[in-house]
Amino acid sequence: MGEICLTDEFILETHGLTKEFAGFFAVRDVNLKVKRGTIHALIGPNGAGKTTCFNLLTKFLKPSAGTILYKGQDITALAPADVARLGLVRSFQISAVFPHLTALENVRVALQRQHGASFDFWRSKSVLDQYNHRAEELLEDVGLSEFTKTPAVEMPYGRKRALEIATTLALDPEMMLLDEPMAGMGHEDIDKIAALIKRISAKYTILMVEHNLSVVSNLSDIITVLTRGKVLAEGSYADLTKDERVKEAYLGAGHG
Amino acid sequence: MTTITENAIPEPRRGTSDAMIAFVIMTALLLIVPLTGVYPFFVMQALCFALLACAFNLLIGYGGLLSFGHAMFLGTAGYFTAHALKVWGFTPELGILIGTLGAAALGVITGLIAIRRQGIYFAMITLALSQLLYFVYLQTPFTHGEDGIQGIPQGFLFGIFNLSKPITLYYVILAGFLLGFLLIYRAINSPFGEVLKAIRENEPRAISLGYKTDQYKLLAYILSGTLAGFAGSLKVFVAQNASLTDVHWTMSGEIVLMTLVGGLGTIFGPVVGAFVIIAMQQYLAGFGQWVTVIQGAIFVICVLTFRRGVIGEIAHYFKRSL
Ligand SMILES: Nc1ncnc2c1ncn2[C@@H]1O[C@H](COP(=O)(O)OP(=O)(O)OP(=O)(O)O)[C@@H](O)[C@H]1O
Ligand SMILES: [Mg+2]
Repeated sequence: MGEICLTDEFILETHGLTKEFAGFFAVRDVNLKVKRGTIHALIGPNGAGKTTCFNLLTKFLKPSAGTILYKGQDITALAPADVARLGLVRSFQISAVFPHLTALENVRVALQRQHGASFDFWRSKSVLDQYNHRAEELLEDVGLSEFTKTPAVEMPYGRKRALEIATTLALDPEMMLLDEPMAGMGHEDIDKIAALIKRISAKYTILMVEHNLSVVSNLSDIITVLTRGKVLAEGSYADLTKDERVKEAYLGAGHG
Repeated sequence: MTTITENAIPEPRRGTSDAMIAFVIMTALLLIVPLTGVYPFFVMQALCFALLACAFNLLIGYGGLLSFGHAMFLGTAGYFTAHALKVWGFTPELGILIGTLGAAALGVITGLIAIRRQGIYFAMITLALSQLLYFVYLQTPFTHGEDGIQGIPQGFLFGIFNLSKPITLYYVILAGFLLGFLLIYRAINSPFGEVLKAIRENEPRAISLGYKTDQYKLLAYILSGTLAGFAGSLKVFVAQNASLTDVHWTMSGEIVLMTLVGGLGTIFGPVVGAFVIIAMQQYLAGFGQWVTVIQGAIFVICVLTFRRGVIGEIAHYFKRSL
Protein backbone atom coordinates (compact mmCIF):
# COMPACT_ATOMS: atom_id res chain seq x y z
CA MET A 1 0.00 0.00 0.00
CA GLY A 2 3.07 2.18 0.15
CA GLU A 3 2.40 3.87 -3.14
CA ILE A 4 -1.06 5.03 -2.14
CA CYS A 5 0.22 6.49 1.10
CA LEU A 6 2.51 8.72 -0.90
CA THR A 7 -0.39 10.97 -1.77
CA ASP A 8 -1.00 13.19 1.19
CA GLU A 9 -4.57 13.85 0.26
CA PHE A 10 -7.36 13.66 2.80
CA ILE A 11 -10.49 12.06 1.44
CA LEU A 12 -12.61 12.89 4.46
CA GLU A 13 -12.31 15.76 6.91
CA THR A 14 -14.49 17.03 9.68
CA HIS A 15 -14.27 20.36 11.42
CA GLY A 16 -15.79 20.81 14.84
CA LEU A 17 -18.26 17.99 14.31
CA THR A 18 -20.74 17.97 17.18
CA LYS A 19 -23.92 16.11 18.01
CA GLU A 20 -26.05 17.01 20.97
CA PHE A 21 -28.96 14.93 22.21
CA ALA A 22 -31.03 17.11 24.52
CA GLY A 23 -28.05 18.60 26.35
CA PHE A 24 -25.90 15.48 26.13
CA PHE A 25 -22.95 15.71 23.77
CA ALA A 26 -22.51 12.33 22.11
CA VAL A 27 -19.92 13.81 19.76
CA ARG A 28 -18.10 17.01 20.61
CA ASP A 29 -15.89 19.13 18.42
CA VAL A 30 -14.33 16.27 16.50
CA ASN A 31 -11.73 17.12 13.88
CA LEU A 32 -11.05 14.01 11.91
CA LYS A 33 -8.82 13.63 8.87
CA VAL A 34 -8.79 10.41 6.92
CA LYS A 35 -6.03 9.89 4.40
CA ARG A 36 -6.93 8.42 1.06
CA GLY A 37 -6.01 4.77 0.73
CA THR A 38 -5.51 4.07 4.43
CA ILE A 39 -7.27 1.94 6.98
CA HIS A 40 -8.20 4.35 9.69
CA ALA A 41 -9.53 2.91 12.94
CA LEU A 42 -11.86 4.69 15.31
CA ILE A 43 -11.70 3.15 18.75
CA GLY A 44 -12.98 3.99 22.20
CA PRO A 45 -14.97 2.54 25.08
CA ASN A 46 -18.68 1.80 24.81
CA GLY A 47 -20.76 4.90 24.38
CA ALA A 48 -17.77 6.96 23.23
CA GLY A 49 -19.73 8.20 20.24
CA LYS A 50 -18.23 6.09 17.46
CA THR A 51 -21.51 4.98 15.91
CA THR A 52 -22.91 8.48 16.31
CA CYS A 53 -19.88 9.72 14.42
CA PHE A 54 -20.64 7.31 11.59
CA ASN A 55 -24.25 8.40 11.58
CA LEU A 56 -23.12 12.00 11.25
CA LEU A 57 -20.61 11.30 8.50
CA THR A 58 -23.20 9.45 6.43
CA LYS A 59 -25.92 11.96 7.33
CA PHE A 60 -28.17 9.45 9.04
CA LEU A 61 -28.05 12.07 11.80
CA LYS A 62 -27.89 15.84 11.37
CA PRO A 63 -24.86 17.39 13.03
CA SER A 64 -25.64 20.01 15.67
CA ALA A 65 -22.53 21.87 14.56
CA GLY A 66 -19.49 21.45 12.37
CA THR A 67 -18.81 20.62 8.76
CA ILE A 68 -17.96 17.46 6.84
CA LEU A 69 -15.79 17.58 3.74
CA TYR A 70 -15.64 14.59 1.45
CA LYS A 71 -13.15 14.85 -1.39
CA GLY A 72 -13.04 18.55 -0.76
CA GLN A 73 -16.79 18.91 -1.13
CA ASP A 74 -18.96 20.09 1.74
CA ILE A 75 -21.48 17.29 2.31
CA THR A 76 -22.85 18.59 5.60
CA ALA A 77 -26.25 19.40 4.10
CA LEU A 78 -26.70 16.34 1.89
CA ALA A 79 -29.28 13.55 2.28
CA PRO A 80 -27.91 10.14 3.29
CA ALA A 81 -28.74 8.55 -0.08
CA ASP A 82 -26.80 11.32 -1.82
CA VAL A 83 -23.77 10.76 0.38
CA ALA A 84 -23.85 7.11 -0.61
CA ARG A 85 -24.07 8.08 -4.25
CA LEU A 86 -20.88 10.09 -3.91
CA GLY A 87 -19.08 6.88 -2.97
CA LEU A 88 -19.04 7.14 0.82
CA VAL A 89 -20.81 3.96 1.89
CA ARG A 90 -21.34 2.66 5.39
CA SER A 91 -22.14 -0.61 7.07
CA PHE A 92 -24.01 -0.96 10.33
CA GLN A 93 -23.06 -2.13 13.79
CA ILE A 94 -25.89 -4.64 13.65
CA SER A 95 -25.58 -6.78 10.57
CA ALA A 96 -27.50 -5.13 7.76
CA VAL A 97 -28.63 -7.52 5.07
CA PHE A 98 -31.97 -7.97 3.36
CA PRO A 99 -32.95 -11.11 5.28
CA HIS A 100 -35.45 -12.69 2.90
CA LEU A 101 -33.49 -12.04 -0.24
CA THR A 102 -30.85 -14.54 -1.30
CA ALA A 103 -27.17 -13.61 -1.10
CA LEU A 104 -27.20 -13.07 -4.84
CA GLU A 105 -30.27 -10.83 -4.65
CA ASN A 106 -28.72 -8.84 -1.81
CA VAL A 107 -25.75 -7.95 -3.95
CA ARG A 108 -27.94 -7.36 -6.98
CA VAL A 109 -29.92 -4.71 -5.15
CA ALA A 110 -26.72 -2.71 -4.91
CA LEU A 111 -25.71 -3.33 -8.52
CA GLN A 112 -29.17 -2.38 -9.67
CA ARG A 113 -28.98 1.01 -7.95
CA GLN A 114 -25.89 1.94 -9.90
CA HIS A 115 -27.08 0.80 -13.27
CA GLY A 116 -30.56 2.28 -13.15
CA ALA A 117 -33.92 0.84 -14.17
CA SER A 118 -34.88 0.68 -10.51
CA PHE A 119 -38.20 2.38 -11.10
CA ASP A 120 -39.25 0.08 -13.95
CA PHE A 121 -42.36 -1.58 -12.58
CA TRP A 122 -43.59 -2.77 -15.96
CA ARG A 123 -40.57 -4.90 -16.80
CA SER A 124 -39.87 -8.41 -15.65
CA LYS A 125 -37.21 -8.73 -12.99
CA SER A 126 -35.47 -11.16 -15.30
CA VAL A 127 -33.75 -8.06 -16.73
CA LEU A 128 -31.77 -8.13 -13.49
CA ASP A 129 -30.20 -11.43 -14.50
CA GLN A 130 -27.65 -9.42 -16.44
CA TYR A 131 -26.11 -8.55 -13.06
CA ASN A 132 -25.89 -12.14 -11.88
CA HIS A 133 -22.43 -12.64 -13.23
CA ARG A 134 -20.99 -9.61 -11.48
CA ALA A 135 -22.86 -10.50 -8.31
CA GLU A 136 -21.42 -14.00 -8.36
CA GLU A 137 -17.94 -12.57 -8.79
CA LEU A 138 -18.42 -10.32 -5.80
CA LEU A 139 -19.73 -13.19 -3.70
CA GLU A 140 -16.82 -15.37 -4.70
CA ASP A 141 -14.48 -12.56 -3.77
CA VAL A 142 -15.65 -12.67 -0.17
CA GLY A 143 -15.84 -16.46 -0.12
CA LEU A 144 -19.60 -16.81 -0.35
CA SER A 145 -19.95 -18.81 -3.56
CA GLU A 146 -21.75 -21.67 -1.83
CA PHE A 147 -24.37 -19.30 -0.42
CA THR A 148 -25.46 -17.70 -3.69
CA LYS A 149 -29.01 -19.05 -3.49
CA THR A 150 -29.32 -19.00 0.29
CA PRO A 151 -31.64 -16.44 1.88
CA ALA A 152 -29.49 -14.13 3.98
CA VAL A 153 -31.50 -14.93 7.09
CA GLU A 154 -30.31 -18.53 6.95
CA MET A 155 -26.62 -17.67 6.70
CA PRO A 156 -24.26 -17.88 9.71
CA TYR A 157 -23.52 -14.57 11.36
CA GLY A 158 -19.97 -14.24 10.09
CA ARG A 159 -21.09 -14.93 6.56
CA LYS A 160 -23.74 -12.23 6.82
CA ARG A 161 -21.06 -9.68 7.59
CA ALA A 162 -19.13 -10.87 4.56
CA LEU A 163 -22.29 -10.51 2.49
CA GLU A 164 -22.63 -6.96 3.74
CA ILE A 165 -19.14 -6.19 2.56
CA ALA A 166 -19.82 -7.78 -0.82
CA THR A 167 -22.98 -5.67 -1.14
CA THR A 168 -21.06 -2.54 -0.27
CA LEU A 169 -18.30 -3.41 -2.71
CA ALA A 170 -20.91 -3.80 -5.43
CA LEU A 171 -21.35 -0.04 -5.33
CA ASP A 172 -17.65 0.36 -6.03
CA PRO A 173 -17.37 3.02 -3.34
CA GLU A 174 -14.30 5.14 -2.79
CA MET A 175 -14.58 5.01 0.95
CA MET A 176 -16.15 2.47 3.28
CA LEU A 177 -17.22 3.02 6.85
CA LEU A 178 -17.34 -0.27 8.72
CA ASP A 179 -18.98 -0.27 12.14
CA GLU A 180 -17.59 -3.20 14.14
CA PRO A 181 -17.37 -5.57 11.18
CA MET A 182 -16.17 -8.37 13.47
CA ALA A 183 -18.42 -7.96 16.45
CA GLY A 184 -19.86 -11.26 17.68
CA MET A 185 -17.64 -13.40 15.48
CA GLY A 186 -15.53 -16.43 16.22
CA HIS A 187 -11.75 -16.52 15.63
CA GLU A 188 -11.97 -18.14 12.27
CA ASP A 189 -14.44 -15.62 10.92
CA ILE A 190 -12.44 -12.74 12.35
CA ASP A 191 -9.35 -13.88 10.47
CA LYS A 192 -11.32 -14.22 7.25
CA ILE A 193 -12.89 -10.79 7.49
CA ALA A 194 -9.60 -9.20 8.54
CA ALA A 195 -7.90 -10.71 5.52
CA LEU A 196 -10.74 -9.48 3.36
CA ILE A 197 -10.52 -5.95 4.70
CA LYS A 198 -6.76 -5.96 4.25
CA ARG A 199 -7.19 -7.05 0.66
CA ILE A 200 -9.87 -4.56 -0.32
CA SER A 201 -7.97 -1.73 1.35
CA ALA A 202 -5.65 -1.76 -1.63
CA LYS A 203 -8.46 -0.14 -3.57
CA TYR A 204 -10.57 1.66 -1.03
CA THR A 205 -10.18 3.97 1.91
CA ILE A 206 -11.57 2.41 5.05
CA LEU A 207 -12.71 3.99 8.28
CA MET A 208 -13.43 1.29 10.78
CA VAL A 209 -14.83 1.06 14.28
CA GLU A 210 -13.51 -2.01 16.05
CA HIS A 211 -13.18 -3.19 19.64
CA ASN A 212 -10.86 -6.08 18.91
CA LEU A 213 -7.47 -4.47 19.50
CA SER A 214 -5.38 -7.17 17.90
CA VAL A 215 -7.39 -6.70 14.74
CA VAL A 216 -6.95 -2.96 15.02
CA SER A 217 -3.22 -3.24 15.54
CA ASN A 218 -2.82 -5.56 12.59
CA LEU A 219 -4.97 -3.70 10.14
CA SER A 220 -4.88 -0.01 10.76
CA ASP A 221 -2.45 2.57 9.54
CA ILE A 222 -3.71 5.16 11.94
CA ILE A 223 -5.97 5.12 14.96
CA THR A 224 -8.16 7.79 16.49
CA VAL A 225 -9.21 7.28 20.09
CA LEU A 226 -12.56 8.70 21.06
CA THR A 227 -13.79 9.05 24.64
CA ARG A 228 -16.97 10.75 25.74
CA GLY A 229 -17.49 12.18 22.30
CA LYS A 230 -14.05 13.81 22.09
CA VAL A 231 -10.86 12.86 20.35
CA LEU A 232 -8.41 11.81 23.03
CA ALA A 233 -5.44 10.84 20.91
CA GLU A 234 -4.40 9.88 17.44
CA GLY A 235 -1.48 7.98 16.01
CA SER A 236 -0.14 4.57 15.12
CA TYR A 237 -0.81 1.60 17.37
CA ALA A 238 2.75 1.76 18.66
CA ASP A 239 2.39 5.45 19.53
CA LEU A 240 -0.87 4.92 21.32
CA THR A 241 0.30 2.04 23.48
CA LYS A 242 2.91 4.42 24.88
CA ASP A 243 0.36 7.13 25.53
CA GLU A 244 -0.51 7.29 29.22
CA ARG A 245 -3.88 8.96 28.67
CA VAL A 246 -4.96 6.25 26.27
CA LYS A 247 -3.85 3.51 28.65
CA GLU A 248 -5.81 5.10 31.41
CA ALA A 249 -8.98 5.84 29.49
CA TYR A 250 -9.16 2.82 27.30
CA LEU A 251 -6.45 0.21 27.20
CA GLY A 252 -5.86 0.34 30.93
CA ALA A 253 -9.40 -0.64 31.70
CA GLY A 254 -9.10 -3.74 29.56
CA HIS A 255 -5.63 -4.82 30.70
CA GLY A 256 -6.28 -4.38 34.40
CA MET B 1 -45.09 -6.38 10.83
CA THR B 2 -43.51 -9.80 11.30
CA THR B 3 -46.35 -11.45 9.43
CA ILE B 4 -45.41 -9.61 6.28
CA THR B 5 -41.93 -11.02 6.07
CA GLU B 6 -43.07 -14.44 7.22
CA ASN B 7 -45.14 -14.72 4.08
CA ALA B 8 -42.27 -13.77 1.87
CA ILE B 9 -40.80 -17.20 1.27
CA PRO B 10 -38.03 -16.79 -1.24
CA GLU B 11 -38.31 -19.78 -3.51
CA PRO B 12 -37.37 -18.11 -6.75
CA ARG B 13 -37.73 -20.74 -9.41
CA ARG B 14 -40.39 -22.98 -7.97
CA GLY B 15 -42.33 -19.95 -6.78
CA THR B 16 -42.79 -18.66 -10.30
CA SER B 17 -44.18 -21.90 -11.67
CA ASP B 18 -46.43 -22.39 -8.63
CA ALA B 19 -47.87 -18.96 -9.16
CA MET B 20 -48.35 -19.73 -12.82
CA ILE B 21 -50.32 -22.90 -12.06
CA ALA B 22 -52.41 -21.12 -9.46
CA PHE B 23 -53.10 -18.35 -11.94
CA VAL B 24 -54.27 -20.78 -14.60
CA ILE B 25 -56.58 -22.52 -12.12
CA MET B 26 -57.99 -19.21 -10.90
CA THR B 27 -58.59 -17.95 -14.44
CA ALA B 28 -60.20 -21.21 -15.53
CA LEU B 29 -62.55 -21.17 -12.55
CA LEU B 30 -63.52 -17.58 -13.20
CA LEU B 31 -64.07 -18.22 -16.90
CA ILE B 32 -66.63 -20.94 -16.29
CA VAL B 33 -68.57 -19.07 -13.61
CA PRO B 34 -71.45 -18.08 -15.92
CA LEU B 35 -71.96 -21.78 -16.77
CA THR B 36 -72.19 -22.87 -13.15
CA GLY B 37 -75.28 -20.99 -12.12
CA VAL B 38 -73.45 -19.01 -9.42
CA TYR B 39 -75.00 -15.57 -9.15
CA PRO B 40 -72.76 -13.55 -11.53
CA PHE B 41 -73.50 -10.26 -9.81
CA PHE B 42 -71.92 -11.65 -6.68
CA VAL B 43 -68.80 -12.79 -8.54
CA MET B 44 -68.44 -9.48 -10.39
CA GLN B 45 -68.69 -7.57 -7.16
CA ALA B 46 -66.18 -9.88 -5.55
CA LEU B 47 -63.81 -9.43 -8.51
CA CYS B 48 -63.86 -5.66 -8.07
CA PHE B 49 -63.07 -6.02 -4.38
CA ALA B 50 -60.44 -8.65 -5.14
CA LEU B 51 -58.64 -6.21 -7.40
CA LEU B 52 -59.00 -3.51 -4.78
CA ALA B 53 -57.50 -5.79 -2.12
CA CYS B 54 -54.66 -6.80 -4.46
CA ALA B 55 -53.85 -3.13 -5.04
CA PHE B 56 -53.89 -2.52 -1.29
CA ASN B 57 -51.68 -5.56 -0.77
CA LEU B 58 -49.11 -4.20 -3.21
CA LEU B 59 -48.63 -1.31 -0.80
CA ILE B 60 -48.60 -3.11 2.54
CA GLY B 61 -47.47 -6.59 1.57
CA TYR B 62 -44.58 -5.47 -0.58
CA GLY B 63 -44.03 -1.87 0.42
CA GLY B 64 -44.67 -2.35 4.13
CA LEU B 65 -47.01 0.66 4.24
CA LEU B 66 -50.39 0.28 5.94
CA SER B 67 -52.90 2.62 4.34
CA PHE B 68 -56.07 3.03 6.29
CA GLY B 69 -57.70 5.21 3.68
CA HIS B 70 -57.76 3.12 0.55
CA ALA B 71 -61.51 3.55 0.21
CA MET B 72 -60.82 7.09 -0.98
CA PHE B 73 -59.42 5.69 -4.23
CA LEU B 74 -62.34 3.33 -4.69
CA GLY B 75 -64.87 6.06 -4.04
CA THR B 76 -63.16 8.83 -5.96
CA ALA B 77 -62.76 6.74 -9.11
CA GLY B 78 -66.36 5.59 -8.70
CA TYR B 79 -67.70 9.15 -8.52
CA PHE B 80 -65.56 10.32 -11.43
CA THR B 81 -66.59 7.43 -13.65
CA ALA B 82 -70.25 7.66 -12.65
CA HIS B 83 -70.34 11.39 -13.31
CA ALA B 84 -68.57 11.05 -16.66
CA LEU B 85 -70.98 8.35 -17.79
CA LYS B 86 -74.17 9.88 -16.54
CA VAL B 87 -73.72 13.63 -16.85
CA TRP B 88 -71.22 13.94 -19.65
CA GLY B 89 -72.44 10.87 -21.54
CA PHE B 90 -68.91 9.49 -21.92
CA THR B 91 -68.25 6.04 -23.35
CA PRO B 92 -67.40 3.30 -20.81
CA GLU B 93 -63.70 3.20 -21.71
CA LEU B 94 -63.39 6.97 -21.29
CA GLY B 95 -65.35 6.79 -18.06
CA ILE B 96 -62.98 4.18 -16.68
CA LEU B 97 -60.01 6.24 -17.82
CA ILE B 98 -61.32 9.37 -16.08
CA GLY B 99 -61.98 7.48 -12.85
CA THR B 100 -58.61 5.77 -12.86
CA LEU B 101 -56.76 8.99 -13.65
CA GLY B 102 -58.69 10.73 -10.89
CA ALA B 103 -57.49 8.10 -8.43
CA ALA B 104 -53.94 8.45 -9.77
CA ALA B 105 -54.03 12.21 -9.21
CA LEU B 106 -55.39 11.65 -5.72
CA GLY B 107 -52.54 9.21 -5.18
CA VAL B 108 -49.97 11.83 -6.12
CA ILE B 109 -51.47 14.50 -3.87
CA THR B 110 -52.12 12.38 -0.79
CA GLY B 111 -48.93 10.41 -1.35
CA LEU B 112 -46.77 13.52 -1.21
CA ILE B 113 -48.37 14.38 2.11
CA ALA B 114 -48.34 10.93 3.68
CA ILE B 115 -45.24 9.15 2.44
CA ARG B 116 -42.71 10.65 4.82
CA ARG B 117 -44.59 9.30 7.81
CA GLN B 118 -43.75 5.88 9.17
CA GLY B 119 -45.80 3.03 10.59
CA ILE B 120 -48.85 4.02 12.56
CA TYR B 121 -48.46 7.68 11.57
CA PHE B 122 -48.75 6.73 7.94
CA ALA B 123 -51.93 4.77 8.68
CA MET B 124 -53.33 7.72 10.63
CA ILE B 125 -52.60 10.32 8.01
CA THR B 126 -54.13 8.23 5.25
CA LEU B 127 -57.20 7.75 7.43
CA ALA B 128 -57.38 11.48 8.09
CA LEU B 129 -57.05 12.33 4.41
CA SER B 130 -59.77 9.88 3.45
CA GLN B 131 -62.06 11.28 6.16
CA LEU B 132 -61.41 14.76 4.81
CA LEU B 133 -62.39 13.58 1.36
CA TYR B 134 -65.48 11.88 2.75
CA PHE B 135 -66.74 15.21 4.02
CA VAL B 136 -65.90 16.90 0.75
CA TYR B 137 -67.98 14.31 -1.11
CA LEU B 138 -70.75 14.65 1.43
CA GLN B 139 -70.96 18.38 0.72
CA THR B 140 -70.24 18.79 -2.99
CA PRO B 141 -73.33 18.73 -5.22
CA PHE B 142 -71.97 16.47 -7.97
CA THR B 143 -71.94 13.43 -5.69
CA HIS B 144 -75.57 13.95 -4.64
CA GLY B 145 -74.68 13.52 -0.97
CA GLU B 146 -76.49 10.74 0.84
CA ASP B 147 -78.33 9.66 -2.33
CA GLY B 148 -75.23 9.04 -4.38
CA ILE B 149 -75.18 8.91 -8.17
CA GLN B 150 -77.85 6.44 -9.21
CA GLY B 151 -79.04 4.82 -12.44
CA ILE B 152 -75.79 4.98 -14.31
CA PRO B 153 -75.99 3.94 -17.97
CA GLN B 154 -73.65 1.05 -18.75
CA GLY B 155 -73.29 1.66 -22.47
CA PHE B 156 -71.18 -0.11 -25.06
CA LEU B 157 -67.51 -0.72 -24.34
CA PHE B 158 -65.41 0.29 -27.39
CA GLY B 159 -68.76 0.67 -29.13
CA ILE B 160 -69.09 -3.12 -29.37
CA PHE B 161 -69.66 -4.81 -26.04
CA ASN B 162 -73.10 -4.25 -24.59
CA LEU B 163 -72.45 -3.88 -20.88
CA SER B 164 -76.12 -4.10 -19.96
CA LYS B 165 -76.01 -7.77 -20.95
CA PRO B 166 -74.95 -9.58 -17.76
CA ILE B 167 -72.80 -12.16 -19.53
CA THR B 168 -70.89 -9.52 -21.52
CA LEU B 169 -70.48 -7.39 -18.44
CA TYR B 170 -69.17 -10.39 -16.55
CA TYR B 171 -66.41 -11.09 -19.03
CA VAL B 172 -65.47 -7.43 -19.31
CA ILE B 173 -65.17 -7.17 -15.53
CA LEU B 174 -63.18 -10.39 -15.50
CA ALA B 175 -60.86 -9.05 -18.21
CA GLY B 176 -60.41 -5.85 -16.20
CA PHE B 177 -59.65 -7.80 -13.06
CA LEU B 178 -57.11 -10.04 -14.82
CA LEU B 179 -55.45 -7.02 -16.39
CA GLY B 180 -55.10 -5.31 -13.02
CA PHE B 181 -54.01 -8.51 -11.32
CA LEU B 182 -51.28 -9.17 -13.88
CA LEU B 183 -50.08 -5.59 -13.66
CA ILE B 184 -49.72 -5.94 -9.91
CA TYR B 185 -47.99 -9.29 -10.31
CA ARG B 186 -45.59 -7.74 -12.76
CA ALA B 187 -44.90 -4.76 -10.50
CA ILE B 188 -44.11 -7.12 -7.63
CA ASN B 189 -41.74 -9.09 -9.84
CA SER B 190 -40.09 -6.15 -11.53
CA PRO B 191 -36.79 -4.37 -10.90
CA PHE B 192 -38.88 -1.83 -8.98
CA GLY B 193 -40.47 -4.63 -6.94
CA GLU B 194 -37.03 -5.86 -5.94
CA VAL B 195 -36.09 -2.46 -4.58
CA LEU B 196 -39.43 -2.24 -2.79
CA LYS B 197 -38.80 -5.57 -1.08
CA ALA B 198 -35.33 -4.45 -0.09
CA ILE B 199 -36.75 -1.27 1.43
CA ARG B 200 -39.37 -3.23 3.34
CA GLU B 201 -36.71 -5.63 4.62
CA ASN B 202 -34.22 -3.03 5.75
CA GLU B 203 -34.82 0.60 4.93
CA PRO B 204 -31.65 2.09 6.49
CA ARG B 205 -29.56 -0.36 4.52
CA ALA B 206 -31.38 0.55 1.30
CA ILE B 207 -30.69 4.22 2.03
CA SER B 208 -27.04 3.48 2.71
CA LEU B 209 -26.86 1.89 -0.72
CA GLY B 210 -27.98 5.19 -2.17
CA TYR B 211 -31.70 4.55 -2.64
CA LYS B 212 -33.99 7.51 -2.06
CA THR B 213 -36.54 5.30 -0.43
CA ASP B 214 -39.31 7.90 -0.24
CA GLN B 215 -39.48 8.01 -4.03
CA TYR B 216 -39.97 4.26 -4.26
CA LYS B 217 -42.62 4.26 -1.57
CA LEU B 218 -44.38 7.12 -3.30
CA LEU B 219 -44.45 5.27 -6.60
CA ALA B 220 -45.79 2.15 -4.86
CA TYR B 221 -48.46 4.27 -3.21
CA ILE B 222 -49.50 5.92 -6.47
CA LEU B 223 -49.59 2.58 -8.32
CA SER B 224 -51.63 1.06 -5.54
CA GLY B 225 -54.05 3.99 -5.50
CA THR B 226 -54.40 4.02 -9.27
CA LEU B 227 -55.23 0.31 -9.41
CA ALA B 228 -57.61 0.65 -6.48
CA GLY B 229 -59.25 3.40 -8.53
CA PHE B 230 -59.43 1.15 -11.55
CA ALA B 231 -61.33 -1.35 -9.39
CA GLY B 232 -63.65 1.46 -8.29
CA SER B 233 -64.35 2.44 -11.91
CA LEU B 234 -65.17 -1.16 -12.84
CA LYS B 235 -67.44 -1.47 -9.85
CA VAL B 236 -69.61 1.37 -11.16
CA PHE B 237 -70.72 -0.83 -14.05
CA VAL B 238 -71.63 -3.63 -11.70
CA ALA B 239 -73.44 -1.66 -9.01
CA GLN B 240 -74.70 1.04 -11.37
CA ASN B 241 -74.26 3.58 -8.63
CA ALA B 242 -71.60 5.50 -6.77
CA SER B 243 -72.26 6.28 -3.15
CA LEU B 244 -70.73 7.48 0.08
CA THR B 245 -70.32 3.93 1.44
CA ASP B 246 -67.43 3.46 -0.95
CA VAL B 247 -65.51 6.38 0.58
CA HIS B 248 -66.42 5.60 4.16
CA TRP B 249 -63.68 4.53 6.58
CA THR B 250 -65.45 1.24 7.23
CA MET B 251 -64.76 0.37 3.61
CA SER B 252 -61.06 1.01 4.21
CA GLY B 253 -61.34 -1.35 7.15
CA GLU B 254 -62.95 -4.01 5.00
CA ILE B 255 -60.10 -3.81 2.52
CA VAL B 256 -57.64 -4.44 5.34
CA LEU B 257 -59.81 -7.32 6.56
CA MET B 258 -60.00 -8.96 3.14
CA THR B 259 -56.26 -8.81 2.71
CA LEU B 260 -55.57 -10.15 6.19
CA VAL B 261 -58.02 -13.03 5.85
CA GLY B 262 -56.53 -14.05 2.52
CA GLY B 263 -52.93 -13.48 3.41
CA LEU B 264 -50.89 -10.32 3.57
CA GLY B 265 -47.99 -10.23 1.15
CA THR B 266 -49.21 -13.22 -0.87
CA ILE B 267 -50.19 -12.91 -4.49
CA PHE B 268 -53.51 -14.75 -4.38
CA GLY B 269 -54.45 -14.11 -0.76
CA PRO B 270 -56.30 -10.83 -1.32
CA VAL B 271 -58.43 -12.47 -4.05
CA VAL B 272 -59.44 -15.29 -1.73
CA GLY B 273 -60.00 -12.86 1.13
CA ALA B 274 -62.26 -10.65 -0.98
CA PHE B 275 -64.38 -13.63 -2.07
CA VAL B 276 -64.67 -14.85 1.53
CA ILE B 277 -65.77 -11.49 2.88
CA ILE B 278 -68.15 -10.68 0.02
CA ALA B 279 -69.65 -14.19 0.22
CA MET B 280 -70.17 -13.74 3.94
CA GLN B 281 -71.93 -10.46 3.44
CA GLN B 282 -74.05 -12.03 0.74
CA TYR B 283 -75.05 -15.23 2.48
CA LEU B 284 -75.24 -13.87 5.99
CA ALA B 285 -77.30 -10.88 4.92
CA GLY B 286 -80.29 -12.46 6.66
CA PHE B 287 -78.62 -11.98 10.02
CA GLY B 288 -78.80 -8.19 9.62
CA GLN B 289 -76.64 -6.42 12.17
CA TRP B 290 -75.03 -9.70 13.13
CA VAL B 291 -72.96 -9.77 9.95
CA THR B 292 -70.66 -7.19 11.47
CA VAL B 293 -70.32 -9.23 14.65
CA ILE B 294 -69.59 -12.42 12.71
CA GLN B 295 -67.06 -10.55 10.58
CA GLY B 296 -65.42 -9.24 13.71
CA ALA B 297 -65.28 -12.72 15.18
CA ILE B 298 -63.68 -14.10 12.02
CA PHE B 299 -61.18 -11.31 12.11
CA VAL B 300 -60.25 -12.18 15.68
CA ILE B 301 -59.97 -15.87 14.87
CA CYS B 302 -57.83 -15.02 11.89
CA VAL B 303 -55.41 -12.93 13.90
CA LEU B 304 -55.25 -15.48 16.71
CA THR B 305 -55.01 -18.75 14.81
CA PHE B 306 -53.89 -18.26 11.27
CA ARG B 307 -52.05 -15.02 11.19
CA ARG B 308 -50.71 -15.61 7.71
CA GLY B 309 -54.21 -15.76 6.25
CA VAL B 310 -55.70 -18.56 4.18
CA ILE B 311 -53.23 -18.49 1.32
CA GLY B 312 -50.36 -17.49 3.58
CA GLU B 313 -50.89 -20.60 5.72
CA ILE B 314 -51.16 -22.87 2.69
CA ALA B 315 -48.04 -21.37 1.15
CA HIS B 316 -46.19 -21.71 4.45
CA TYR B 317 -47.29 -25.33 4.91
CA PHE B 318 -46.13 -26.38 1.48
CA LYS B 319 -43.16 -24.00 1.59
CA ARG B 320 -44.33 -22.39 -1.60
CA SER B 321 -44.68 -18.81 -2.66
CA LEU B 322 -48.26 -18.09 -3.72
N1 LIG C 1 -30.54 8.90 19.24
C1 LIG C 1 -29.93 9.12 20.42
N2 LIG C 1 -30.55 9.83 21.38
C2 LIG C 1 -29.94 10.03 22.57
N3 LIG C 1 -28.72 9.59 22.89
C3 LIG C 1 -28.06 8.85 21.98
C4 LIG C 1 -28.63 8.59 20.69
N4 LIG C 1 -27.74 7.85 19.99
C5 LIG C 1 -26.68 7.66 20.80
N5 LIG C 1 -26.87 8.27 21.98
C6 LIG C 1 -25.91 8.30 23.09
O1 LIG C 1 -24.70 8.78 22.59
C7 LIG C 1 -23.62 8.09 23.18
C8 LIG C 1 -22.73 7.53 22.11
O2 LIG C 1 -23.39 6.44 21.49
P1 LIG C 1 -22.72 5.63 20.31
O3 LIG C 1 -23.71 4.63 19.87
O4 LIG C 1 -22.22 6.58 19.29
O5 LIG C 1 -21.52 4.92 21.03
P2 LIG C 1 -20.46 3.91 20.45
O6 LIG C 1 -19.14 4.54 20.63
O7 LIG C 1 -20.82 3.48 19.09
O8 LIG C 1 -20.60 2.72 21.48
P3 LIG C 1 -20.53 1.14 21.25
O9 LIG C 1 -19.09 0.78 21.31
O10 LIG C 1 -21.27 0.58 22.41
O11 LIG C 1 -21.16 0.85 19.94
C9 LIG C 1 -24.21 7.03 24.10
O12 LIG C 1 -24.17 7.50 25.41
C10 LIG C 1 -25.62 6.90 23.61
O13 LIG C 1 -26.48 6.58 24.69
MG1 LIG D 1 -21.38 1.74 18.21
